[in-house]
Amino acid sequence: MTKDYRLFDENTQAFVYGYQVNAIQRMLDFDYLCGRSVPSVAAIINPSRAGIHKVFWGTEEIVLPMYRTIPEAVADYPSVEVVVNFASYRSAFDTTMEALTQPSIKTVAIIAEGVPERMSKKMAATAKKMKKTIIGPATVGGLVAGAFRIGNTAGTIENIVESKLYRPGCVGFVSKSGGMLNEAFNIIARNSSGIVEGIAIGGDRYPGSNLMYHILRYETNPEIAMIACLGEVGGTDEYKIVEALKAGKITKPLVIWVTGTCSKVLPSSVQFGHAGAKAQSELETADAKNQALKEAGAVVPDSFDSYGDKIKEVYERLKADETVKDVVEPEIPTIPKDYAKASADGLVRKSTNLICTISDDRGEEVLYAGKPLSRVMEDQMGIGGVIGLLWFKKELPPWAADFIELVLQIVADHGPAVSAAHNAIVASCAGKDLISSLASGLLTIGPRFGGAIDDAAREFKRAHDSGLTPEQFVNEMKSKGTNIPGIGHRIKSVKNPDKRVELLIGHARKHFVRTDLLDYALQVQDITTAKKGNLILNVDGCIGILFMDLMTSCEVFDESDIYDVIKYGYLNGLFALGRSIGIIGHILDQKRLESRLYRHPQDDIAYMLPKFE
Amino acid sequence: MKIAQRGIREYDAKKMLAERLPYYVDDFDYDGQIALVTPETDLEVVAVDNPWIKKKKLVVKPDQLFGKRGAHGLILLNATWDEAREYLNENRGKEVLVGTVVGPLTHFLVEPFIPHDEGEELYVAIKSDYEGDSIYFSTQGGVDIEANWDQVTKIPVDILAKAEDLDLKPQLPAELGDRLGPVADFVKGLYRLYRDLGFAYLEINPFVIHEGKIVPLDLVARLDDAEAFWQRNNWKELEFPEPFGRALTKDEAYIKEADARTGASLKLTILNPKGRIWTMVAGGGASVIYADTICDLGFGGELANYGEYSGDPSTEDTYEYTKTILDLMTREKDPEGRTKYLLIGGGIANFTDVAKTFKGIVTALEDYRDKLRETGVEIYVRRGGPNYEEGLRIMRQLGERLGVPINVFGPETHMTRIVSMALRGGE
Repeated sequence: MTKDYRLFDENTQAFVYGYQVNAIQRMLDFDYLCGRSVPSVAAIINPSRAGIHKVFWGTEEIVLPMYRTIPEAVADYPSVEVVVNFASYRSAFDTTMEALTQPSIKTVAIIAEGVPERMSKKMAATAKKMKKTIIGPATVGGLVAGAFRIGNTAGTIENIVESKLYRPGCVGFVSKSGGMLNEAFNIIARNSSGIVEGIAIGGDRYPGSNLMYHILRYETNPEIAMIACLGEVGGTDEYKIVEALKAGKITKPLVIWVTGTCSKVLPSSVQFGHAGAKAQSELETADAKNQALKEAGAVVPDSFDSYGDKIKEVYERLKADETVKDVVEPEIPTIPKDYAKASADGLVRKSTNLICTISDDRGEEVLYAGKPLSRVMEDQMGIGGVIGLLWFKKELPPWAADFIELVLQIVADHGPAVSAAHNAIVASCAGKDLISSLASGLLTIGPRFGGAIDDAAREFKRAHDSGLTPEQFVNEMKSKGTNIPGIGHRIKSVKNPDKRVELLIGHARKHFVRTDLLDYALQVQDITTAKKGNLILNVDGCIGILFMDLMTSCEVFDESDIYDVIKYGYLNGLFALGRSIGIIGHILDQKRLESRLYRHPQDDIAYMLPKFE
Repeated sequence: MKIAQRGIREYDAKKMLAERLPYYVDDFDYDGQIALVTPETDLEVVAVDNPWIKKKKLVVKPDQLFGKRGAHGLILLNATWDEAREYLNENRGKEVLVGTVVGPLTHFLVEPFIPHDEGEELYVAIKSDYEGDSIYFSTQGGVDIEANWDQVTKIPVDILAKAEDLDLKPQLPAELGDRLGPVADFVKGLYRLYRDLGFAYLEINPFVIHEGKIVPLDLVARLDDAEAFWQRNNWKELEFPEPFGRALTKDEAYIKEADARTGASLKLTILNPKGRIWTMVAGGGASVIYADTICDLGFGGELANYGEYSGDPSTEDTYEYTKTILDLMTREKDPEGRTKYLLIGGGIANFTDVAKTFKGIVTALEDYRDKLRETGVEIYVRRGGPNYEEGLRIMRQLGERLGVPINVFGPETHMTRIVSMALRGGE
């Protein structure tokens, strides 16, 4: 248990409400810097997910538990007294009221801006009734030097080190403005031994705890020798300090300045940053408050410009009468820089494990080969154009993109009996999902089924480019004992030509500048069909061969591109891509039909086993 | 950043009462016969849309968030529609002085005139403070309410008290006689509405009981605009008018538009375009303190502007903001040939990259190099926070490059010291 006058000490643990990963890490970095033995965050409350969250504790990694609700966290951590509430202005009230009803929770810091006045007042009144403390709303929070940091208070580690917040000094500080907290810590560190505790109560008109509340705590705290405060135009909070000074309730030196003295030269319509910063009567002006505080015995500078000087004066006086001593600086550990930050600052580099040269999703819009998706749409590039970008990193001319789309349409399906469709149907009937069934279909694509496109392109290109006549090519293949890839069909023949091949050739004749390899292949076909009617140029061969002609016809490709296509087997991809359309169709068809498990009829299988002796 | 309490038009407040108060008070039948005349209003259309206008005697008064309209001679009473129309034609768009502020009359409220004796005027107000709300009531309502403040009954209501349980009858003046019941019901209903509908201030002075009905005659209201999320179905398209008076200058309007476009905060008020001291301060808290210090050192009359930029502004935001200020301050030289000062100030930033926010400022200063030199501008910079060393280095180099004196300081220098350095030569 912390003492009444201390809301936080070096053993205080808090729940952080809201999945604020940066703020949580900053709290833990502060802990580590201060040499705390336990992390200041006991658990995270994240309404959308329970589980664990990984954080750094110095150089090590530790996990923090994460709960969905405050009561669940309280049940497991009954000694936690603080909630740092990052809930939005919409839920700040409900979550704070829920936290206050937990007997073990003593202090709630509310970060949200824009909490309605009525809600703020209800929270304040409830906390007061229960003898609990609220800091905020609309604040960054506060900090106890060397002990506990609320969320993002005091900014970067560099700033915390600079303002010596890793160890206690002798000043208790409280202000309205959270934005001025860093600056105040800096001023105090430069003009005294630094702060013991600093709180920003928030700029709203009705903060959960007021300046006076914290000043009285500082008055009681024996570690604190002097008090510094920044008030603000608007409201009458500072008059409570005036009364306390007059009544002798504040005995420690109090250096205070009320900001907003410029309001007299500003038109009344100007609203300062804070909701509460507006004088509604002469009494609420900064000048009147500064005057009253001065008369009551506070140390009030003539302007903010000498605020630091006044702190120094008081500090030197306290040192002279030996109330305070200069602090012996402890050694502090270095907090390792986060890799992401160091990398952004150009301080570290690391070699990458992967390279990608076709697309980039890091910007506000995905890029295909450097081209923003919206431009792809504007230019109506179509599937063919997108394949050009993602497979070849090139903008294809429309006739080439059209050819690719023609191929995809032609190969999209070939009925339920072919290997891929059959396999997919069997898998679907076995109750497998769409993707598994699709994969089982695609896995049949290979040298005997749909996979001859690359082989045909390769063999015909090789033969043609090495100067073999069609006869020499046919003879060479025959002597090797291999079939010519792309030649031959089970059903189609010279008399029963393949309509698909005719469509492809028609397109090429119309649009391609050159059809050298096609012409060569047709001469080969003349020879092979003379031997047997079904040894025609088949659809696989035609696609492969025409793709070679397409690349030769198209200025964007050179020889090395063609070489890559053959070497890495791009073209079977066209078949797999197009056929996926049909395979998915067959699978969905079976699903809609609610087909039962397929079992191949036994009478369709010749059982020919060896005899077991 | 939100402004917590904002005034609304008397018209909107009365419409809200007419629509919503019957939910709380059984026999409240104020009919809300009331019309608003805006700069766009066609008077003939108003008369058609509100048939009572041609049948009843009328009251016409400006509805622009300022009080004491009677004292300023701006209320037309007991008038026929012809008279009202004549009054409106005469006064629409007219510049008037209210208190110390001059501004055009743009919005008027038209409602039926309720004849009554001064003695019948009742007063009710609801205000809020830290502990809760207070209901103020007096049978001596009317223009002299402040003089008769000792006659006002104050009924405090604790913030945690239930409004439904409130029993006002014993707390209201007995002299109300048979009016006590209806008045107590009305005030209680009004208070419940105040709490439920996001009010932060409400004053009806006076209201009367006319032909057995309670009629609010004059009304002032403020809402807590932080409640907008919860009140979206109650407030609907309610608008919060700008305070009466000075219209935004072109440059102020430009920054206001930029502010609305970005997620960051950009604010600018021009106080004295001929002033020699211009400020460009990061952060709401710090900006006030810089303006304070300039005033406290006795240079309030020379302070040209008040404003701030904060909330992690983009390079484009800071560029636009700086350009606007540089343009304003270099439009003319000081007539006596004295130096003009630009204070680029700020405290120690939490997580904002200082060098990055300076980028836009640097570009703008580069654009205005010649004008800055012609006008005789000296610049002081003070800032701390992430990457501030780099930011300050950029600024120092910029001064050398531009041939404009730029004096640069970091967190080792007291935040406002650049004010005295510039204005008093560093005393």
